[in-house]
Amino acid sequence: MTIANENRITIAILALGGQGGGVLADWIQEVARAEGWLAQGTSVPGVAQRTGSTVYYVELAKPDGSGRLPVMAQMPMPGDVDVVVASELMETGRALLRGFSTAGRTTLIGSTHRIYAIGEKQAMGDGRGNGEKIIEAAYQRSKRFIGFDMDAATDRSGSVISAIMFGALAGSGGLPFAADTYRAAIEHSGIAVKSNLKGFQEGFDRAQQPVARPDEITHDLPVPTTEQGRALAARIAANLPPPAQANALHGVAKLMDWQDGAYAALYLDRLESVAALDAAPFELTAETARHLALWMGYEDTIRVADLKTRASRITRVRGEVKAGDEQILSITEFMHPRLQEVCETLPAGIGRRILASKGLTKLLGRFFTEGRHVETTGLRWFLALRTVAAMRSIRPRSLRYIEEQERIEHWLELVRTEAAKDRELALELVLCQRLIKGYGDTFERGLGNFQRIVAEHARAPRDAAGIRTLRELALADDKSSGLTEALAG
Amino acid sequence: MAERSFKKEVLKLTAGEGEVFTGEGILAVTKGLLQSGVAYVGGYQGSPISHLMDVFADANDLLESLGVHFEASASEATAAAMLAASVNYPLRGAVAWKSVVGTNVASDALSNVSSGGVTGGALVIVGEDYGEGSSIMQERTHAFAMKSQMWLIDPRPNLPSIVDSVEQGFRLSEASNTPVMLQLRVRSCHMTGSFVAKDNVRPPLTVGEAAASPVRDTDRIVLPPANFLHEVEKIEKRWPAGIAYVRDNKLNEWFGPEESEEGIGLIVQGGLYNNLNRAMELIGLADSYGVSKLPIYCLNVVYPIIPEEVAAFCKGKRAVMILEEGQPEFIEHELNTLIRRAELDTRIVGKDMLPRSGEYTADVIRKGLAKFLEAYAPALAPQLEAANPLPAPVAKEIPQRPAGFCTGCPERPIFTAMKLVERELGPTHVSADIGCHLFSILPPFNIGNTTMGYGLGAAGASAFKPKEGEGSKRSIAIMGDGGFWHNGLTSGVGNAVFNKDDTVTMIIDNGYSAATGGQDILSSRAENANRVTKNPITKAVRGVGAKWVRETHRTYDLKGMTSMLREALTTEEKGPKVIVAQSECMLNKQRREKKATSAKLKAGERVVRERFGVDSDTCTGDHSCIRLSGCPSLTIKPNPDPLRQDPVAHVENSCVGCGLCGEVSHAAVLCPSFYRAQIVANPGKFERFKAKVSGAIMARWQAGADKARAARAF
Repeated sequence: MTIANENRITIAILALGGQGGGVLADWIQEVARAEGWLAQGTSVPGVAQRTGSTVYYVELAKPDGSGRLPVMAQMPMPGDVDVVVASELMETGRALLRGFSTAGRTTLIGSTHRIYAIGEKQAMGDGRGNGEKIIEAAYQRSKRFIGFDMDAATDRSGSVISAIMFGALAGSGGLPFAADTYRAAIEHSGIAVKSNLKGFQEGFDRAQQPVARPDEITHDLPVPTTEQGRALAARIAANLPPPAQANALHGVAKLMDWQDGAYAALYLDRLESVAALDAAPFELTAETARHLALWMGYEDTIRVADLKTRASRITRVRGEVKAGDEQILSITEFMHPRLQEVCETLPAGIGRRILASKGLTKLLGRFFTEGRHVETTGLRWFLALRTVAAMRSIRPRSLRYIEEQERIEHWLELVRTEAAKDRELALELVLCQRLIKGYGDTFERGLGNFQRIVAEHARAPRDAAGIRTLRELALADDKSSGLTEALAG
Repeated sequence: MAERSFKKEVLKLTAGEGEVFTGEGILAVTKGLLQSGVAYVGGYQGSPISHLMDVFADANDLLESLGVHFEASASEATAAAMLAASVNYPLRGAVAWKSVVGTNVASDALSNVSSGGVTGGALVIVGEDYGEGSSIMQERTHAFAMKSQMWLIDPRPNLPSIVDSVEQGFRLSEASNTPVMLQLRVRSCHMTGSFVAKDNVRPPLTVGEAAASPVRDTDRIVLPPANFLHEVEKIEKRWPAGIAYVRDNKLNEWFGPEESEEGIGLIVQGGLYNNLNRAMELIGLADSYGVSKLPIYCLNVVYPIIPEEVAAFCKGKRAVMILEEGQPEFIEHELNTLIRRAELDTRIVGKDMLPRSGEYTADVIRKGLAKFLEAYAPALAPQLEAANPLPAPVAKEIPQRPAGFCTGCPERPIFTAMKLVERELGPTHVSADIGCHLFSILPPFNIGNTTMGYGLGAAGASAFKPKEGEGSKRSIAIMGDGGFWHNGLTSGVGNAVFNKDDTVTMIIDNGYSAATGGQDILSSRAENANRVTKNPITKAVRGVGAKWVRETHRTYDLKGMTSMLREALTTEEKGPKVIVAQSECMLNKQRREKKATSAKLKAGERVVRERFGVDSDTCTGDHSCIRLSGCPSLTIKPNPDPLRQDPVAHVENSCVGCGLCGEVSHAAVLCPSFYRAQIVANPGKFERFKAKVSGAIMARWQAGADKARAARAF
């Protein structure tokens, strides 16, 4: 380990463009100068300004009284950084990656919230990096790790993240300066002094507390509220293996909301037929419980119309967009029902007839080429959507319903056949349901990929690993080029 | 209006003799210019020199009061040509740009001014964009200095040294009739520090006075036979004069003892001195004040090299290490030549122990130094601890964070449109340019095949003449408004018209030179007291003869954008097709509107805010929307559905309601999860009444539906 120079403090700040890392660097220098230290700051803005990550570097030196000026470095040197402040969890990780944080020396202050990078966001499935590993490494590679959700702290204090970081730095005690000197720097800047001081205090207080790990989302098990619900819950408890029960309860609750109790009972019939072929650890049943519920609760126009017009939804949006009580909120949906979706909602006979007729398709199709702006908070569209939602009662006669049930039965048949021979393979086929999601083109692509994999398996049977590979390829890019290549080869 | 305002900071530029000036490197440079009695300044923005241009612009009043003429030049070539004013007149002039790209653009003028030589001091301040965070090809300005014979100063990175270099640069230029380049590395431009100021000096002669009494000397013009005389003059007069000035005024520096026991020494480029000292400090060979145990010869002037100084330093030393960043290793080559000529046996160590490429950080230097010491002074060699990199399983979780378009950027929908049209017509060759729009080459758009330089987007497509008949495809060129005025009008559009190029040129006009920090340009719609703006690009394009010209004033209109692009790619009409896609840079717009909105809110006036959102219960987590947008405010969050595992799309509160999300879900037939929320603050009376009535009716309806749902619920 490099020996620290007692008269020098080196500070690296890792932030994203627009988070005010430069402001923070300026504040720190002002504090140091006010306390009689020499301060120098550098950065590399350039293109990093536009949402990329940026490193700011501040070096402080205590003058030796001789009037000589020390030779200062212009960037953090791995192994020679006393304090690291990072504005986001993966930027904390980047500080570790670049060797800025050293065990036994560095005070590491990092936010635990995530700002997802484009690579993580654009994945067709789940492309998120694992933050837990970063937090572990942050402990191991620092003298002291101060971690908390700075984004939440910013919200709580109505401030900006740079003020939170500044407060956390003061609160960490990593620098030998008085808290009041920090406050004076904020006051002196003259910009948003009140809210910045509030943010500063929030950060200061948080720095005294133990590391707060990011909140894990936990889902409470649904508790039955009706006679029918209790009966189904009892059936789950009696007929399904414990590892599958949570998913089955969620599944039943979802499908009762989606259609009714009878449909949920059909779900359990189907699920039990798979469970009968399963054995410990019952992963096949647990995953079938999940994916069968998702498939049976497919998204159609009826479902969307219902969800969009619920009172709870309007309240949720109000919170999400931070509309005040005195403010008027109106919500416009971007819907693009094509003739295809409309026909699928109609009773199967009518829907089929229209789609089969070129003339009718052309004639009616004209009305469904444009996307529609649907104002759900306006009476006209609200009532229209409620009418569509009310079609739930005739849903089982709709074209889409009939098509989906056929597909589901096919899939389950395949799963059961394979489960009798190879449970691992059956599980992989269950997981392939994950490919079927979305609407319009997205739905068609996903379903197409699913069907191609199943067809390929029918032609030349694959083992579990083979199916997994094909599924992963289908999720690798949205042109399905990887999958197409694999199927051709 | 530039992204960053220096209005407050430029007040510091009036500091007088003895005052301590504390601020950024670029402000220090400006102060150095004013202390030197500079008569004119010019330049072109680009990192890391953008802020210098912003400082000049914001200091316009001060410059005027001192009689200093400032131009925000149209290009680096324009700026370099300004130095013509120093050829015949004792006028001190300074120009600035990003190097090496800016120097490339300026090279014609630079060659001319170096050939004829200067009377007044001519200083070229180059922001060397090399190493971490650089956005350009990794080349050295050093080569330009050598080939045109301009002196190159690379000062130690501290404010007093930098300011001193500015002043010395002018004197050196005048003493040797040679233009001088002052190289500032990225971090030095943005580095804060202090120095003791001197009074500002009015130029003894102003540009106006010079223009009033013209001087003509054909010997200064590059035409035979004068050009042959220039070459001789360069070698016989200016070179020795330059060397003499550097030597006599001790522009280079020496640190540490004259000799070390081990018979070794170090030669370092001035700009790397601080990194070297830190590296030496950490292995116990120097202290934090630069007191070194080894002899160091610090080249603040890296070109020309002073032969007698080199010989004196190397004499009696077995080995000398040269710390020279970048390649080729010009200085190392020259040192070897000089050593041979001086008949010395000193071994010059350089790129054999230091990396051939990349930035020479303190860490890199420490490692190189350790190797050098092991070979030539083992007693001093440090025991470097083994690296302890983050284990791969952890490291791979950390995502890359490429730059991208800002939230609500008007350029995003243009590339969304290109992606949608690409789905219909298949991929085309796309010639990209320099500017924010170049982020299109990165995820999620992945559009763009080449980029040939600033304003060269259209020229880069000119070779692609479509084949005849079936499968014929037009290539697309992209150009920003900055690049267009920089040289795209002539080299791109004019050339395409003249050669009947059958290409599509998309000119992205966001009203500013946005990538470099939002400076105004000819076509800016902003009012600018000191410049002429509001000159439409379409007018210029038609002026050079383009016939098929389309314009949109709302790039967010995705449907309009796609159909315009489709038409350009498929129309029967031959010749260049030019689309000018115009919408204001959101960064600049927000800066302006945020202020106005908060003032309105304070005054209790009606304010409408729009933003987008995603219903997480209808979103299925495919992220198609993200792949067609990449907006920072459009992100993901954990799926609230207990059964679903893929994260759902989510719009953050930073959304500015540009409208693209809605347009995309319509145009690409995506999911119905997006909604636009309109939030009215301080609504009117009637508005409130209407909302109340319809809210009450809907609430009754919803209560009924909720009851029915509860009855059939789990």
